[in-house]
Amino acid sequence: MNFAVLQFPASNCDQDAVHAVRRLGHSARLVWHKEASLGDTEVVIVPGGFSYGDYLRCGAIARFSPVMQAVKQFADNGGLVLGVCNGFQVLAEAGLLPGALIRNRDLQFHCENVFLKTVTNESPFTSRIPAGKILRVPIAHGEGCYYADEETLAKLKAGNQILWQYCDAAGNVTDQANPNGALLNIAGICNERRNVAGLMPHPERACEPLLGSDDGKWIFESVFAALEKKTAALVA
Amino acid sequence: MKAKIIITPKKAVLDPQGKTVQNALAHMGYTGVTGVHIGKYIEIDLAPGTDSAAAEKALNEAAHKLLSNPVIEDYKLEIV
Repeated sequence: MNFAVLQFPASNCDQDAVHAVRRLGHSARLVWHKEASLGDTEVVIVPGGFSYGDYLRCGAIARFSPVMQAVKQFADNGGLVLGVCNGFQVLAEAGLLPGALIRNRDLQFHCENVFLKTVTNESPFTSRIPAGKILRVPIAHGEGCYYADEETLAKLKAGNQILWQYCDAAGNVTDQANPNGALLNIAGICNERRNVAGLMPHPERACEPLLGSDDGKWIFESVFAALEKKTAALVA
Repeated sequence: MKAKIIITPKKAVLDPQGKTVQNALAHMGYTGVTGVHIGKYIEIDLAPGTDSAAAEKALNEAAHKLLSNPVIEDYKLEIV
């Protein structure tokens, strides 16, 4: 399967994403932000980093890159898009995901491991995460506090679009386990059509035991499974 | 000729910077401060003789699309 990992000026998790996908047995390549086409691609990863220096607002300028027009079209055609950290911010700014990511409530940059509860297995990004499994993955952000107005939050809940919430090691969704003040402890969401997802934590940094956790691989395994299903449906 | 744009966080959005500054002001003894909201100020230089109505229309669009994020921010635009 072909993964396209976008590369903006000051992306810094692009190589990690490529490494994780390749290590899990699939092909990945970098696509420069000036490219107007994604080429032969089955999944797009918008990686973490500080695209355009986080000037104005995180992700605000990256969304106008030529490659983002291609990503929008790819998503409109049902292609799978996963935004990680700054990638989540870019997708929110681009309107591909609802809400916004604002300054952490304690104004601190948080670089630590967190625990994630998977709220639903019904998405191409969560289907293979074992039932009840609490994921341990790192975060590294200063602007990861998820915000949306009440109407949007109600829609997210009703549509089962909240994919991951911050929780403690036992899986309890508590305010103490919330590193940034995100509303409803939201760590990651998907769009209504369920083909675009974003999360603040970094699954690509937790795909091998050497790095302290390989829980992030379940998110990638879910994506692989979704693509296999799609390919099988096409062949049949 | 200039455009002046003031961007502020929406009232419902958590503004930890504003809150921290408000607490600092209270510590310094400035009483009666009931809220601090921290935003951005953008000044845009316009070519002399620019049609101000057209500029206002264009910059409103730009403010909506790029300069502010309507999900979390409000803005005020003034052409002077």
